[in-house]
Amino acid sequence: MAIRNYLRQFLRDVRAQKLRLFLTVFGIVWGTAAVTLLLAFGEGLQKRVVRAQKGLGDAIVIAWPMRTTKPWEGLPRGRNLRMTEADVAALRSEVEEIDRISEEYARNRGRVGWGRKALSADIAGANTEFGEMRSLVPQEGGRWFNEQDLAERRRVVFLGDQLKRDLLGEGAEAVGESVRLDGTPFLVIGVLQTKDQDSSYSGRDKDKVFIPSTTFKAIYGPEEIDNFIFQVLDPLKVADAKRKVTETAARLHRFDPTDEEAIQMWDTTEGMKFLTTFFIAFRTFLGVVGALTLVVGGIGVSNIMNVAVEERTKEIGIKMALGARRRYVIGQFLFETLTITLAGGLLGFLTSWAICAVFPQLGLEDYVGTPVISAQVAGITTLVLGGIGLVAGYFPARTAASLRPVEALKM
Amino acid sequence: MNLFVGRNGKKNGQAAPSSPPPIIDMRGLRKVYDTGAIQVEALRGIELVVQPREFVAIVGPSGSGKSTLLNIVGCLDVPSEGSYRLDGEEVAELDLDELADIRNRKVGFVFQSFNLLPQITAYENVEMPLLFKGAGARERRERVGWLFEQVGLADRMRHKPTELSGGQMQRVAIARALACEPALILADEPTGNLDTSSGQDIMSLFEQLAEKGHTLVLITHDAALARRTRRIVRLQDGLIVEDGPVSRAA
Ligand SMILES: Nc1ncnc2c1ncn2[C@@H]1O[C@H](COP(=O)(O)OP(=O)(O)OP(=O)(O)O)[C@@H](O)[C@H]1O
Ligand SMILES: [Mg+2]
Repeated sequence: MAIRNYLRQFLRDVRAQKLRLFLTVFGIVWGTAAVTLLLAFGEGLQKRVVRAQKGLGDAIVIAWPMRTTKPWEGLPRGRNLRMTEADVAALRSEVEEIDRISEEYARNRGRVGWGRKALSADIAGANTEFGEMRSLVPQEGGRWFNEQDLAERRRVVFLGDQLKRDLLGEGAEAVGESVRLDGTPFLVIGVLQTKDQDSSYSGRDKDKVFIPSTTFKAIYGPEEIDNFIFQVLDPLKVADAKRKVTETAARLHRFDPTDEEAIQMWDTTEGMKFLTTFFIAFRTFLGVVGALTLVVGGIGVSNIMNVAVEERTKEIGIKMALGARRRYVIGQFLFETLTITLAGGLLGFLTSWAICAVFPQLGLEDYVGTPVISAQVAGITTLVLGGIGLVAGYFPARTAASLRPVEALKM
Repeated sequence: MNLFVGRNGKKNGQAAPSSPPPIIDMRGLRKVYDTGAIQVEALRGIELVVQPREFVAIVGPSGSGKSTLLNIVGCLDVPSEGSYRLDGEEVAELDLDELADIRNRKVGFVFQSFNLLPQITAYENVEMPLLFKGAGARERRERVGWLFEQVGLADRMRHKPTELSGGQMQRVAIARALACEPALILADEPTGNLDTSSGQDIMSLFEQLAEKGHTLVLITHDAALARRTRRIVRLQDGLIVEDGPVSRAA
């Protein structure tokens, strides 16, 4: 029988069974949309969280000198560990795993002024490598500190983007302007490019100002650094590097090299590892929820097809009495299920796609990210649903088609 | 008037070697319904031969096996035992698809309850056997149009069955039965669901068909209608107890 005859038959059935058809298609649309959207939002959220995590810095370790917790060579525990730029220089040369390192000075609630305006902001002093480690990318026309800035203790400043807006206004050009830090004039050399940042250890970068560490020391005069950060590009060497940092500092400051609490370290790669594991679990969960939705949708389809065959046994009997071959009866049901499933899958996919297209306008992207639909997921969803529908349609149809016409007609 | 014993003038089952085979040729046919606990023997050895162009009525009390017999004649059911040749072909040897083709091309069935598909139009109902036969669009259109004229319903083709009267529905069903030019037209109490006057109309239609040379077998409870055929076969308890021509003079 030609496909056109199936189609003709199908269109007649559609006319006759509008409600059932609607319910079937709805079930598949629902299943497909649920699965694609769940996975789309899962993926979007993951991308957003990972990007924000990298906003603090990509795989860096932040280290704070604390106090010793073990006695060592006659020295008691509880001694404060005071570290300086010299220690950072020593770490740079002695711990070969370290690729970048920078000291960091911090001054809370400094006065930042421009013209007649003044704000309170945290001021950090850092070196040339700090910018890259902490993802402090300048907006166009700006730059981070260079070696000369540090060598000459230049009074140059890198502004957080929010602080720049608050101080100079949205549209104003900041680079080249002069701002006052606690009364001292500084030349603005760069403004932070807006970035997502979920975690921090001293306030968001967008609200801060950064100056060269040498300048910081010259103006504010601390001997002691507040903390230092370093980066190990090979993730397998991070643990070694951390251990060696403690050992080196222990040698220089005479404390127990196994005293891991003397220097407190925050390893953001661990956060990434956690996030990766978390999202594997999260997406597995969404996958299971999606799969269950599909199974429920599939049961719905199977139910509807079962009812369809049962209700239509008489119709099948009439058609067989008129000379319909088994293949025609089975083919009719398979054709219908396939058409319904494909149409439903497509509709479900379009629904998800539309939701994802509209979603950015809701302004929730900062919280949950941008949902990303994968055609693969939609395809698999449709195939699975179609499979369930076909299986559910095939067996009852075959049963009906193997009835003797007299039996089918008695229905 | 005169007696009718089949158009070829021979006695049943004794056609000349040169003439075509009988349409129906049943020998020792039995049908047993196995309903688990009890076995019902609905047909207990039927011998029946119907020649081309015959017009036969099957009569008998309720439960005597009339429908069972007609269903087997129409290949809607299969016998438990015995031989049945339809238009020269042994039906017992056919598979399901071949049986479907036989029903499509050789048999036109008219049911007491019409058995039209309610969701589609009268036209589409009549067209259906032609679709199963694989007829082209043009052939279908011409054939269906012609059939509706034959049954006098050309103005009702686009109506749904539910929009037609019982008599009209039965005429659509007859048009459908005729669609593939069957060798044999079967009707199981075709007037059973109709009022007297519609029943008369349907019977007249059958008479016209017989007149044109179709082979017809119908079941009826109505003795007056049975007498309008040319041969009456009486069933009782699954056996033929009487088989003879109708006397038109009576
Ligand atoms: N599917 C079935 N299963 C079991 N027994 C059946 C079945 N169909 C018919 N019978 C039995 O076979 C016998 C003949 O039934 P059939 O329907 O052929 O009678 P009938 O002559 O057509 O009767 P009626 O005039 O009432 O239509 C009856 O005893 C009936 O109960
Ligand atoms: Mg009956």
